[in-house]
Amino acid sequence: MATIRIPPVLRPQTGGQTEVEAAGSNVGEVLRALTAEHPATEEQLFGPDGELNRYVNVYLNDEDVRVLQGLETAVSEGDTVIIMPAMAGG
Amino acid sequence: MAPTQMKQRVEEIEPFEAAQEIEGGDVVLVDTREPHEYQEAHLENGKLVPPLLLADEIAAAAPDKSARTILYCRTGNRSFIAAEQLEALGYTDVASMAGGIVAWQEQGLPVVAASGMTAEQRDRYSRHTLLPEVGVDGQLKMLNAKVLLIGAGGLGAPTALYLAAAGIGTLGLVDDDVVDASNLQRQVIHNTERIGRPKTESARLTIEALNPDVNVVEHNFRLDSSNIVELLSDYDVIVDGADNFPTRYLLNDASVRLRKPVVSASILSFDGQISTFVPYEGPCYRCLYPTPPPAELAPSCSANGVLGVMAGQMGLLQANEVLKLVLGIGEPLIGRLLLYEALSTRFTELKVRRDPDCPICGENAPEIPDSELGKFPDYDAFCAG
Repeated sequence: MATIRIPPVLRPQTGGQTEVEAAGSNVGEVLRALTAEHPATEEQLFGPDGELNRYVNVYLNDEDVRVLQGLETAVSEGDTVIIMPAMAGG
Repeated sequence: MAPTQMKQRVEEIEPFEAAQEIEGGDVVLVDTREPHEYQEAHLENGKLVPPLLLADEIAAAAPDKSARTILYCRTGNRSFIAAEQLEALGYTDVASMAGGIVAWQEQGLPVVAASGMTAEQRDRYSRHTLLPEVGVDGQLKMLNAKVLLIGAGGLGAPTALYLAAAGIGTLGLVDDDVVDASNLQRQVIHNTERIGRPKTESARLTIEALNPDVNVVEHNFRLDSSNIVELLSDYDVIVDGADNFPTRYLLNDASVRLRKPVVSASILSFDGQISTFVPYEGPCYRCLYPTPPPAELAPSCSANGVLGVMAGQMGLLQANEVLKLVLGIGEPLIGRLLLYEALSTRFTELKVRRDPDCPICGENAPEIPDSELGKFPDYDAFCAG
């Protein structure tokens, strides 16, 4: 299982949960496990083409998956997947 | 005076010999006087270790006992005694500079002097100048620095307050808003009496009362592509505490063009994030966030609420970044995004890479006219904060 860290803007879609445990062998599978459990997160994470929306940054541990293998990036037991959209509050 | 037989044990060197060794490098230079003497004038890179604190503090100043270590004081007596103590502590290559800083200066050798500061400033900033990493020269850098804060709100208020206290000589404040009662839970630079007055004016009044050394420049207007380039040109470091995405992208595009470093933080609810963007040295804001999110994923603090204390914490992390950039010390958050969650009191650091295809700082990024700064040709549903 991996731990997904949910940003403030997505917490209404996860029932207020800040972390969700999800299974999967790569980042895409882990995020799909999240959207299966909390369907309201789907359209905010994924575009119609099934790719991550460009305005959503996803990190595996401390590295942006864009510089790894994107949704194909392998996830190991105990890894943390961080969803991090831009925030503009000041 | 130290007894003659001791003088035979400890090596004494003349100031010109010390200067040659210092010039050659690999020398640890220790000032064995009192803090007030050190503040008046000291040798460059001289580390202050007062005599009574020698046993406790020498390890931090001179961690390598086998390194060449030169001690000096005012006239050479205290440093001689200290050199003996260091030898007793196991230091193997110690010398005392004969005649001290007095002889050094008589020979026309340079010192770092507090002469650039008034007596009031030496007193006001003494806790800074006592820090070897800051010192008098660092404080003078701060007094000469020009820092522009975008927004005098949740982030800008605490940032401005502490930068003013620290003695940043020129603080520009950009904000076209007025103080509202709902601001006061976090925007500590304003107060109840100032409700309804421009935020820039309110902040200026607080800063002037706190530190008369600071020149506050009010920019009581909204940033746009027609005024940002000229405005940024006057400043050394920019602090992004804007409350909306259009301003953040506009600032990024202009700051990259002008090669101005930006300390950027944002806050929402209980969470904050911060990074430092130094153009071409690290990634820019667009490398991190290529496109802004749609409105439903970009709520504002006024809609969602924000913990005032967390805003203050993030504002002070910004102030800390500014001081490091001004002083040229430490490790700024370049290429690093620091997340802070107040409820769990957890910090998380993420890597941020330069995007080779970045439309603004990438290798093949085109030059754009002022009117295109901050724009998204393929994006029109731009959310206002």
